[in-house]
Parts: sequence; C-alpha cells; structure tokens
Amino acid sequence: MSILILAEHDGQQLKQSTRQAVTAAQAWNAPVHLLLLGGDTAAVAADAARVAGVAQVIRVDAAHLEHPLAEDIASVLVALAGDYQAIVGAHTAFVKNALPRAAALLDVALIADVIEIKGNNSYVRPIYAGNVLASVTNAAGLQLVTIRTTAFDAAGNGGSAAVTTLAAPAAGTLSRWVAETRNVSDRPELATARVVISGGRSLGERFESVLGPLAQQLNGALGATRAAVDAGFAPNDIQVGQTGTVVAPELYIAAGISGAAQHLAGMKDSKVIVAINHDPDAAIFQVADFGIVADLFDAVPQLTAALKQ
Amino acid sequence: MKALVAVKRVVDHNVRVRIKADGSGVDTAGVKMSINPFDEIAVEEALRLKERGLVSEIVAVTLGEATSQDVLRHALAMGVDRVILVETATELQPLGVAKLLKAVAEREAPQLVLLGKQAIDDDAGQVGQMLAALLGTAQGTFASKIDIENGEAIVVREVEGGTETVALKLPAVITADLRLAEPRFVKLPNLMMAKKKPIETLAADSLGVDFAPRVARTAAAEPPVRAAGIKVGSVAELVQKLREAKVI
Ligand SMILES: Cc1cc2nc3c(=O)[nH]c(=O)nc-3n(C[C@H](O)[C@H](O)[C@H](O)COP(=O)(O)OP(=O)(O)OC[C@H]3O[C@@H](n4cnc5c(N)ncnc54)[C@H](O)[C@@H]3O)c2cc1C
Ligand SMILES: Cc1cc2nc3c(=O)[nH]c(=O)nc-3n(C[C@H](O)[C@H](O)[C@H](O)COP(=O)(O)OP(=O)(O)OC[C@H]3O[C@@H](n4cnc5c(N)ncnc54)[C@H](O)[C@@H]3O)c2cc1C
Repeated sequence: MSILILAEHDGQQLKQSTRQAVTAAQAWNAPVHLLLLGGDTAAVAADAARVAGVAQVIRVDAAHLEHPLAEDIASVLVALAGDYQAIVGAHTAFVKNALPRAAALLDVALIADVIEIKGNNSYVRPIYAGNVLASVTNAAGLQLVTIRTTAFDAAGNGGSAAVTTLAAPAAGTLSRWVAETRNVSDRPELATARVVISGGRSLGERFESVLGPLAQQLNGALGATRAAVDAGFAPNDIQVGQTGTVVAPELYIAAGISGAAQHLAGMKDSKVIVAINHDPDAAIFQVADFGIVADLFDAVPQLTAALKQ
Repeated sequence: MKALVAVKRVVDHNVRVRIKADGSGVDTAGVKMSINPFDEIAVEEALRLKERGLVSEIVAVTLGEATSQDVLRHALAMGVDRVILVETATELQPLGVAKLLKAVAEREAPQLVLLGKQAIDDDAGQVGQMLAALLGTAQGTFASKIDIENGEAIVVREVEGGTETVALKLPAVITADLRLAEPRFVKLPNLMMAKKKPIETLAADSLGVDFAPRVARTAAAEPPVRAAGIKVGSVAELVQKLREAKVI
C-alpha cells in the first residue's frame, strides 16, 4: 500500500516542510502520494509533480478549500484513508490542526513530531522539551504521523509524478473561515532559513534595530525567546522553542538569551551555534560552538560591521 | 453557557527529568508536579469569559490517578465552580484521553470546551482536535483570542507567519495558545479554601469507553549531547571561526 502526504503550499509552490515529509515517507519503501487541497492547485501540482520520490499527486480543488478548515481537511483524509498504509504530514500548525482530527475519526493514534521512522510502525520522538527521546511502537494498521522537519532533508526535484484530480466532499457547516493576517517580511522563513539570529528580552525596544541589520547582512531570519515575545518586543510567530518553532539552521546566533531548556529545545540541533551574553555562566554557552562574553549592544553591531567588510 | 476545561497534571516546567535506570521511561517519583501551563491559560480564559458575562459556570476536569486532585485544587483556587476527577491508573494516551473527555462532555453538555494546545510533558498537541472530532463539533486550535458573538465563537488562531480567524458554531472545542491569557496569581487563602471544596470522582472504567493504550513505549534515551564549544575573545576572532566553519 502507499503513503499519503498532506501537503502544505502557498498556492504556487509546496512548502519546504512538505518536501521534508516526502523524504521521511521513503522509510516505508512504498509509493508516496501527495495530497493537495486548495481553491485552484494547478500551479502547485506542477511543482509537486517534479518532487523526487513522489509517485502521484492528488488534486482536490474546491472553493471552500481556498482556506481549508480542519473539519474539511479531515473529511478528505477520512475518505481517502482506506487506500493507504500511512498518512504523514510535517509537524506544522496546518497539519497539527487537521491530522489529529482525522486520527480520531479513523480511531487510530497519531504519532506526533517524530524524528526517526524505524520499520513500519516504530518511531523515535522527543518528549519533555527534547530532554528525552522516546522510542514507541504503534498498533499495526493505518499509521498517522507528523514529522519534525529539522530531522529530515527536503526532497529535491527530478521526479515526474502522475497528477489526478478528485472531487471534494461537501463543505462542512460547523465552522467558517473569517480572515487571516500575515506578518509581511522580506526575510527568509524562520523554519527553513539557513541563518537565524535570535534575541532575548534584554533587547527591549531595540530588538529590530539591533538584530535587523545583522539578519539583513547574513540573509537570515529573526527568532526570539518567549520572554521577548511576552514582553511585546518581538512578534509571536518568531518564538523559537518547545512551544514555538523548532529550527536547525546552518548558523544560529543567540544574542542575550539565557538558554532555558524550553528555548534550547527549539534550536540545539543547529549546525553552528554562536552565543553572545554578558553573563559567562549563562546556560546558552553549554550548547554554543562559539561564545562571546560581551554586551550584545556592542558585539552585535560590531559583528554586523565586520561582516560588511 | 457552561464551559468545561481539561487540565492535566505534568512534571513542572522547571524540573529537568531523568530517565529511569532501566531505560523504560521517565522517572517521575518525587518530582514536582504542576498544572500544565497551557491548561492554566485555558482556565484563566474561561474565568475571563465568565467575568465578561459570556460564561455562567466553569467545570474543570482531569484524568489520572488520585494525585491529580492537586491540579483541580489549583483550578478551584483560580476560581472555577466545580471539578471532576476521572480516576484511572491506566496509562493514558491522546485518543483515550479524548474518548474519556467526550464521555464527560456528554454528561455536562458544555457549550465551550477549553484545553491547552499541548501538554509540556508529552508534547503531543492533539487531544483537543481529537475531542472535537469525536463530539462532532467545530474546533479552534492554538487560540490567542476568543469572542462569543451571535451564538458563534470567533477564534483568532496562531499559525506560522501570522494569525487566522475562524467562526465556530457552538458547542465548540478550543485549545489555548500562550497569548490567550496571562494566568492570575493564586493567593494562599484561595488555595486553603479550595482544599475544602468537593471533588466529584468518576471511575474511568465506569464511563463505557475503550481507552486502552495503542502505543507501546519501547525505550527512553537521552539525546546526544553537543560537544562543548569554545569562548572567543573578540568579534574579529568570531568572524574568523565562522569563516573556517564555512557558515558565512
Ligand atoms: C511552558 C513553557 C514553555 C516555554 N516555551 C518557550 C519557548 O518555546 N521558547 C522560549 O524561548 N522560551 C520558552 N519558555 C520560557 C523560558 O523558560 C525562558 O523563560 C525564556 O526562554 C527566557 O528568555 P530570555 O533568554 O530572553 O530571558 P532571560 O532568561 O531573562 O535571559 C536574559 C539573558 O540576557 C543576558 N543579557 C541581558 N542583557 C544583556 C546584554 N546587554 N548583553 C548580553 N547579554 C545580556 C542575561 O545575562 C541573560 O542570560 C517557556 C516557558 C514555559 C514555562
Ligand atoms: C516516555 C513516554 C512516551 C510516550 N509516548 C507516547 C506516544 O508516543 N504516543 C502516545 O500517544 N502517548 C505517549 N505517551 C503517553 C503520554 O503520557 C500522554 O499522557 C498522552 O499521550 C496524552 O498526551 P498529551 O498529554 O501530550 O496530550 P496533548 O494533546 O499535548 O494535550 C493537550 C491537552 O489535552 C488535555 N489533556 C491531556 N491529558 C489530559 C488529562 N490526563 N486530563 C485532563 N486533560 C488532559 C489538556 O488540556 C492538554 O493541554 C508517552 C508517555 C511517556 C512518559
């Protein structure tokens, strides 16, 4: 039997997280199908069909799927589930909203946030803010899984999948989409950026003015601690950590961050970690490859200037 | 309008958990336990909805062993009206939790069910969505704002890169994100008073629900530790190191 991936896209292209789910799904050694939901998925289907390792792309287009609601996504998944061995998605807000709903309707467990797929129904997943790796074995039968994106490389292009279309079940009547707001930024997306520059609450009102130029210089994304977000210095959607976004960039620069376990849970798998903190005993130095004991208001602008040369 | 809030007892967020010597799981013996932070936020939001006149009664429910009474006491001290303990010694997993909560919701018939978006021990983040599915109601996950208008719950949800607003028919299930509400400080006299309030106890086995575990835990291990790094003396040295590491 095949593997179905609940894809996420912006109307034009697949999200990188979906390409990471494609890589994870290869663990089952079975054909991988991508499920696209949307108002009009023609463009994104062309992108999806090129992904290496995808055998089939299934388009489900309907007006009410322009902004898909969990209730409607789950009913599509339930309709398709009988043909699949596993349904997989990335552990993102979009998938986390819908997949557990489908799991309950199908009366199966959902194994969340897995970092390794071992065999048909065995997995490894971090718990307790990443302080413990639990190995779990699910009951046999249909598997529902979300994957931690940072644990899997994104599948590249080179495939040529067949594209089929499927009629959407009727729209649900329980809820309706009202509006959305998007924080516009010309910086790369936090979850997939090659470089992330994060700041803590000590940046205060100068969060953007101090870190922004460094992000600009390195073409990086900005991240923040919960303390910085709670204090209103940084927008909520850039919180890195156990209860925010998990990132693993090539380079993570932590400026004025103490290194609480909940923060480390979201960044300690980064390739190279730099910590700037004036407290030599700050916990962040325990995970940093390169640490500087300095006032960040001096060190960050100096670093920005040095990189310009 | 009645609100039901699900609260879970978890290892306190300040505790650094240890793995049992035999690798079979996490050692929680003698460890400080607390109400799951997101559930405390859900309780707080229910209280605020009541203060705004939108909710008339708040019932908190927890599932677990008798020791879970302490999170119900905490909820009472915060100001909820009634509490229920669904008692079981069986290991609970998300689908089983959702099924038991469904049975409680059917008895209580709340218009609003509030949960945390995730429990900070297992980080599964799925009970609310499962419960909504089983109840056949609408869901609003990762809520940062809730309003009740014309018989609908208007929920602002935290999503990657921004927010989304959905309108839910009632009854509905909503899960709390961090920004929904800042929990109030629990005063000692309230905690003392909460100790005297009754806790309704139901045996999980009496609810006619199959909540047996579906997932077997086979091992628990420490993640690999990062090799210790170095401290550099200057920004210039840092830049040189980063160039050597080929990350800039
Ligand atoms: C349930 C729960 C979930 C949580 N989830 C998350 C999460 O997902 N992500 C997260 O980040 N946090 C999370 N937290 C919060 C976390 O526990 C910490 O409180 C938070 O990460 C601390 O943020 P901070 O480092 O900005 O602040 P602080 O801990 O206050 O540290 C500030 C640091 O800045 C340094 N500093 C101050 N001024 C300067 C200066 N001028 N130059 C250089 N250094 C300076 C100080 O030495 C200190 O180390 C969570 C907490 C709970 C309870
Ligand atoms: C090492 C280890 C590994 C485990 N691995 C798995 C696994 O892989 N898969 C698995 O299914 N389970 C596993 N479990 C079981 C786990 O203990 C959880 O109890 C269970 O999965 C419930 O999930 P959660 O609390 O993370 O739910 P979440 O979905 O994160 O909880 C969301 C909300 O549901 C409500 N809620 C949850 N539990 C209760 C409760 N008892 N009482 C009242 N409200 C509640 C709360 O409002 C909470 O905020 C594991 C346990 C351990 C210790």
